[in-house]
Amino acid sequence: MSGKPKLKRVPMRELEVSKRIRSFDEVALGYNEEEAIAEAERCLQCKNPKCVEGCPVGINIPKFIRHIRNREYEEAIKTIKLANNLPAICGRVCPQENQCEGRCVLGIKGDPINIGGLERFVADLELSRGFEVPEKAPDTGRSVAIIGSGTAGLTAAGDLAKMGHNVVVFEALHEPGGVLTYGIPEFRLPKRIVKAEVGYIEKLGVKIETDVVVGKTLTIEDLFQEGFDSVFVGTGAGLPAFLNVPGENLCGIYSANEFLIRVNLMKAYKFPYESDTPIKVGSENVVIGGGNVAMDSARCALRLSQKNVTVLYRRTEKEMPARRDEVRRAREEGVNFRFLTQPVGFLGDDRGQVRKVECIRMRLGEPDRSGRPRPIPIEGSNFYVDADAVVVAIGQRPNPMIPKTTPKIKVDERRGTIIVNPETLETSFKGVFAGGDIVTGAATVISAMGAGKKAARSIHKSLVK
Amino acid sequence: MDVEAPLIAKKAEAGQFVIVRVDERGERIPLTLVDWDKDRGVITLVYQAVGLTTRKLSEKKEGEHILDVVGPLGNPGAAEKFGTVAVIGGGVGVAAAYPRAKQLRQKGNYVISIIGARSSNLLIFEDEMRSVSDELYISTDDGTKGRKGFVSDVLRDLLQGGRKIDYVFAVGPTVMMRAVAKVTKEYRVKTDVSLNPIMVDGTGMCGACRVRVGGETKFTCVDGPEFDGHQVDFEELLTRLNTYREEEAMALERYVKRGGGED
Repeated sequence: MSGKPKLKRVPMRELEVSKRIRSFDEVALGYNEEEAIAEAERCLQCKNPKCVEGCPVGINIPKFIRHIRNREYEEAIKTIKLANNLPAICGRVCPQENQCEGRCVLGIKGDPINIGGLERFVADLELSRGFEVPEKAPDTGRSVAIIGSGTAGLTAAGDLAKMGHNVVVFEALHEPGGVLTYGIPEFRLPKRIVKAEVGYIEKLGVKIETDVVVGKTLTIEDLFQEGFDSVFVGTGAGLPAFLNVPGENLCGIYSANEFLIRVNLMKAYKFPYESDTPIKVGSENVVIGGGNVAMDSARCALRLSQKNVTVLYRRTEKEMPARRDEVRRAREEGVNFRFLTQPVGFLGDDRGQVRKVECIRMRLGEPDRSGRPRPIPIEGSNFYVDADAVVVAIGQRPNPMIPKTTPKIKVDERRGTIIVNPETLETSFKGVFAGGDIVTGAATVISAMGAGKKAARSIHKSLVK
Repeated sequence: MDVEAPLIAKKAEAGQFVIVRVDERGERIPLTLVDWDKDRGVITLVYQAVGLTTRKLSEKKEGEHILDVVGPLGNPGAAEKFGTVAVIGGGVGVAAAYPRAKQLRQKGNYVISIIGARSSNLLIFEDEMRSVSDELYISTDDGTKGRKGFVSDVLRDLLQGGRKIDYVFAVGPTVMMRAVAKVTKEYRVKTDVSLNPIMVDGTGMCGACRVRVGGETKFTCVDGPEFDGHQVDFEELLTRLNTYREEEAMALERYVKRGGGED
């Protein structure tokens, strides 16, 4: 590299809008080699890299970027995989703009390095060539049960297997992956990528048992009795929140979880040709919420219906928690937005089918606990939005299955989260650790990964002492 | 149908259910656990081949596999000693009534069973029910067996005749459970009904099975499947059950037309 750094990032190619809205094909197409090298060359290789501080799992980012520059792709992926077992997933769905890229020095005057794009480039390259299984520590003779095969569980499983433990992951659904499988749509995270990265974890020696609901099929006590030495709970935030307003049980109103499970896990977008699970959208589709789950739901509804999709959000665009790129893509695809709009009820027809959302206008007040301005209803401003399908995407709460069936685990009653020792992630049940959304409430893939790694380290410590 | 599922057989209790997915393209549907043998590791499921998934199940031959069976899900039914109980099953729900009748009798209750179907040739589990009941009554809509009419009519006759019944459990078509609950409300008999809404995951994640009970929204899969019959909003449940009626019919029709297998 010579002279002044390039301030503009190499753009990532995207599927054109007309093709996007008629398929569930991936939208962001990734970098090719030439593009990746050009982007890698913009990196300043800071002596004191801020990006690493922003990464919840501490990937040596400048180092892997340097390897890309030198076309040492195997070295690049090895560097990433020291810290991250699921790079093709993280490269796609991490909110890099708030993490590594958010700290990038280049971002002060121009565009930060597309770290996610580069991570994805090397991870995809490895997927296309086949994995190299890293060396594992010798067998410790200890076994660990992991509950939940989402990000936290898979990460903990992979790390513990590398440390030489026998690891079995129990998954309640019929496919592993948690939110990566049932929540995030194909066009943002292709399921072949999830399958491949789950396959990598299995290659490390991890066994995955699907169709086992821990708490029902087996209890945590049963797991100890069966000879497991330690248990990790990574059961996520699977409990859908509803608005609790009149008419919410009308036909055509879905929780985002139901809508996305039907589409992503059950492949309802292939009904009736290759899937037996139906889904119903209409000509006026409404999505309530402003996060990534709302964007995913809106873009699925658009693809399924080819009709109008409107997102209702109670604050303004600025406060939306969704990733900017996803909001932009949703808008490009034709999703409409109505801000400062809060649903207060649903009206149906004589067949019990939803027809309208009653809304109230909001204004922004003083910042609330989240630091964002509190939305305040404007009295008497009620109005109606047509709707024949509605997706309620206002958040998920921790999955209550383990807390409800394991009295020995202490729970924060108000939030529904499992209480852990912040240093070790151990719960009040000795030998049982927990991490990810079940501890923090709904958060990101990468923070769940950070928790999975931390839990793996402390489980390891407790087993080999 | 007997299915090998040792973990489920070990934990099963009366009133619980499993979720079944027949093949790769299959839906997830709930089926009540009818019987189980902990030693042999086998569970018994009973279904009526009315929709696509149940039809696929009915075409399975002995020794073949079902892709996914998960459970036991939901909460066990109330297994107290009430005194005299009436266990009521309608249609394919008679099979679902069987484990509850058996369990309530084991708890020392005097069990009056009332079973019914549209017609005598559709009446199932009569012998099984007789084996776990102190008294057994039968009704058919067309009068081809037992009393002509509905199970709720038989119950009404008993109550009207002064029989003291301390607890009623009913399972079957939603309209039947609604009719039973209406009768027992009049006579102030505690009544649980086992609901059969649309479900997807069956573990509390999707809310497809939400029902209003006593004015509050409950998830049938994790809060039920049994609820106080006097509190359930049956009208809402009936409406929600119809959500995919056209799609279900279409999927079955396509399957029949192509002679089974893949599309």
